[in-house]
Amino acid sequence: MAIRINGLTKHFGAFAAVAQVSFEIADGELVALLGPSGGGKSTILRIIAGLQEADGGSVELGGERVDHIHARERQVGFVFQHYALFKHMNVSENIAFGLKVQKVPRPERQRRVHELLSLVGLVGLESRFPHQLSGGQRQRVALARALAPRPRVLLLDEPFGAVDAKVREELRRWLRRLHDELHATTLFVTHDQEEAFSVADRVLIINKGRLEQQGTPLEILDTPATEFVARFVGEVNVYDTVVRCGHVKLGALDVPVDSYPDDSAVRLVIRPYDIKLFRVDDEGLAVANRVLPIGDRVRVEATLHNGAPMVAQFPRRSSLLRGIEVGCRLGVEVTHSRAYPLPQ
Amino acid sequence: MRVPWKALLFVTVIGYLSLLILVPISAIVMRVAESGFGAVLMELSRLEALHSLGLTAVLAAIAVVVNGVFGIIAALVLVRQRFWGRKLFDTLVDLPLTVSPVMTGLAFLLIFGRGGWLQAPLEAANWKVTFAFPGLVIATLFVTLPFTLREVAGVLVEVGTTDEEAAVTLGASAWQTFWNITLPNIKHGLACGITLTLARALGEFGAVLVLGGAISGKTQTATTFIYAATEERREGAAFGMALVLAVVSMIVLGILEWLKAPRKEV
Amino acid sequence: MNALVSSFLRNSLWPNRISRNSLSTALSPAVQRGRGGLALRWVALVYVGLLVVLPLTALVAKGLGVGTHGIVQALSAPAASAALWLTVWTAALMSVINAVMGTFTAWLLVRHDFPGRRIVSALVDLPLAIPTLVAGMMIVVLLGPQSAIGGYCSRHGFDIVFATPGIVLALLFINLPMVVRAVEPVMRELDPAEQEAAHTLGASDVRIYFQILLPPLLPAIATGTLQSFARALAEFGSIVVVSGNIPFRTLTSPVYIFGEVESGASDTAAAVSLVLLALASALLLAVRGLERFLAAYKRT
Repeated sequence: MAIRINGLTKHFGAFAAVAQVSFEIADGELVALLGPSGGGKSTILRIIAGLQEADGGSVELGGERVDHIHARERQVGFVFQHYALFKHMNVSENIAFGLKVQKVPRPERQRRVHELLSLVGLVGLESRFPHQLSGGQRQRVALARALAPRPRVLLLDEPFGAVDAKVREELRRWLRRLHDELHATTLFVTHDQEEAFSVADRVLIINKGRLEQQGTPLEILDTPATEFVARFVGEVNVYDTVVRCGHVKLGALDVPVDSYPDDSAVRLVIRPYDIKLFRVDDEGLAVANRVLPIGDRVRVEATLHNGAPMVAQFPRRSSLLRGIEVGCRLGVEVTHSRAYPLPQ
Repeated sequence: MRVPWKALLFVTVIGYLSLLILVPISAIVMRVAESGFGAVLMELSRLEALHSLGLTAVLAAIAVVVNGVFGIIAALVLVRQRFWGRKLFDTLVDLPLTVSPVMTGLAFLLIFGRGGWLQAPLEAANWKVTFAFPGLVIATLFVTLPFTLREVAGVLVEVGTTDEEAAVTLGASAWQTFWNITLPNIKHGLACGITLTLARALGEFGAVLVLGGAISGKTQTATTFIYAATEERREGAAFGMALVLAVVSMIVLGILEWLKAPRKEV
Repeated sequence: MNALVSSFLRNSLWPNRISRNSLSTALSPAVQRGRGGLALRWVALVYVGLLVVLPLTALVAKGLGVGTHGIVQALSAPAASAALWLTVWTAALMSVINAVMGTFTAWLLVRHDFPGRRIVSALVDLPLAIPTLVAGMMIVVLLGPQSAIGGYCSRHGFDIVFATPGIVLALLFINLPMVVRAVEPVMRELDPAEQEAAHTLGASDVRIYFQILLPPLLPAIATGTLQSFARALAEFGSIVVVSGNIPFRTLTSPVYIFGEVESGASDTAAAVSLVLLALASALLLAVRGLERFLAAYKRT
């Protein structure tokens, strides 16, 4: 079931939560709405579900406009950030709720509940109540409940926000596997870039109610359309400088920059993993300040000769790291960078 | 057709409340007006009427102070201590709410009255409890027992012990902790409890009637004054006093609502 | 039944009571140990012992003193049994009406914002502040035989005051806040996301009211209803004014007891009191037992 949003707009008083957002999601895709908190992503999701009404624009599910159809008739599965499980019902009853509404007969209901419990890996917990479950378990029940009435589309609002980091990772992997099995069109909202990139086929970046960019994780990382996108999806080194002869000078370091005329003021954005640092015996281009091993990576903080900071990142076993220690001189090679016009 | 549930609910509830509350109050005002405000005022300025008002006020004040102090102590004991019989204590404190006022009066009569358990020692000491002021005090204390306790206990549970524990680590004595930390924290609950105690004391009728006997000028509280006036067909006096009590309770209610207002967060 | 039981698990009964859990976590070293703490404890216990336990023991002793034979005799005095029956059924009827209207009122106050909401909220608390005697008088003035409405009804053969409808009305007035105050806090805590979830699962509004919103409220409604039932059994001041105290017709037990006390028959008065006391205690114990059962169930 494809989703199509056209020119969606929503105001809260004078505040524009969603401003002319349009995008399409093909049947069976798993897409993430990524962006900072308060950017409008949850609002978009809720409008698709019918829990909120848009001020302008349209929502189409499977080619049909659903703007005037109430949430209960849209056949959209929704998983809430804080689960919203029915506290006075046990796990089976929660999952069976949507089936009861559809007047599915009892034996069929029980069969389906059992089927879903196996799918989410919670067999044996039928009689437990939400307060007796862990966060991760509750989330899986919420998912099973949403899936039970066979919705056309599955929407998840920051589904893993309220769980611990370790459980979050497991749940992410598990959501991906679930999607691969069920092939339901799935749209989820998150503010966590890692989550969006590791789970989704495509990512839509929403900021201040606008769609900044959409594409595969690779496209967004390598060709961020705007400075916001570049800075949002990972750590970056940012330098405000001026272009001279197709180059930008950072202290003694030269970085080539295309498609900007001389003397244009630009903001240069370089990712830590697009920088190679290596020990040199002469003056070099930078001085190492800190060398921090973080799990499987090593982070090197250095200062360029013009005083600007630079952060580079290497895999732990990289040969480039040999000899790098605090205070030593470094040579710098920038493999990839992007320049944006400097905002006035 | 969409049923306007919200409007329906609104009308039903407002109608119910008006019928049940608003209208009866205006009815009393009208009745007093019928007897003539001037005449009623005269009735109420007579000595016995004033005495009954004064008596009620004194009883209420005693109840507030005594059960206020008790309420704080008992709340601290109930919430912050563990001992055998605590749950029983918890239940006992709630009993006055469920015992009918007449039965209360009877119960105390059986102790202090003629043929009662304490009749002999009382006569020997020449103390009068029944049909005298002490009896009224005891009856009022009984019926107002739980109010301050419940409110303060509720606040104590909410507030928790962290403040007090911090005070202890800083070397404060039990009294210092109580006076400087606990008391300010429970201020709001205490105020609510006192207000409820006051309201209950003002309105007490059955127990003081049985135990006090409504002797005009001696054990006649405002409520029993009304009862006596009605029996004697002195409607002006009865409704006048009823109006006075109604107005006072409205003021008390106003105080209660003001306390309950959102700026509750300390 | 499952849903009902599980909804009880979520909330503790008797809204103003200290729930078991909170009692056990709120211990303070400062007050707990030490002679000061012990002294306070004894002060509280002795006070309650003298003020509550002593008189009630006297009452029970007197009542039991006539022996079971005496109790049965006292009760079978026709006016007594009629009074008891009247007390119970009027209290029960009132409790049912109060449960429904109290819930609606709480709903209005919690879920809807409208001008004058504070005033309505104050009105709900009014019966707590007004002496019950005065409440009774208000009803007599308003609906008594000389009033417009009362007169009209009497002419059509339907008495309000000095008849059972008056009793139920008085009880309703006095106990209005019980259910509302019990239900309000629980209603505020309801999670709107649960209702949204029910919407996305296709539920109609009616289904949501009955299967999602109501079950968590049932314990609070039950609590408030039981409280009002207990208070209604004991009510005296308003009934004595409103009912007319006609034996066999509008004489309730508390008023009957009053009559017996005044005429010096403290034996029968105590015996009937015993029955009322037993009823109230049974109510209290039933609530406790329910709490304990549910607490145990919750642990499994």
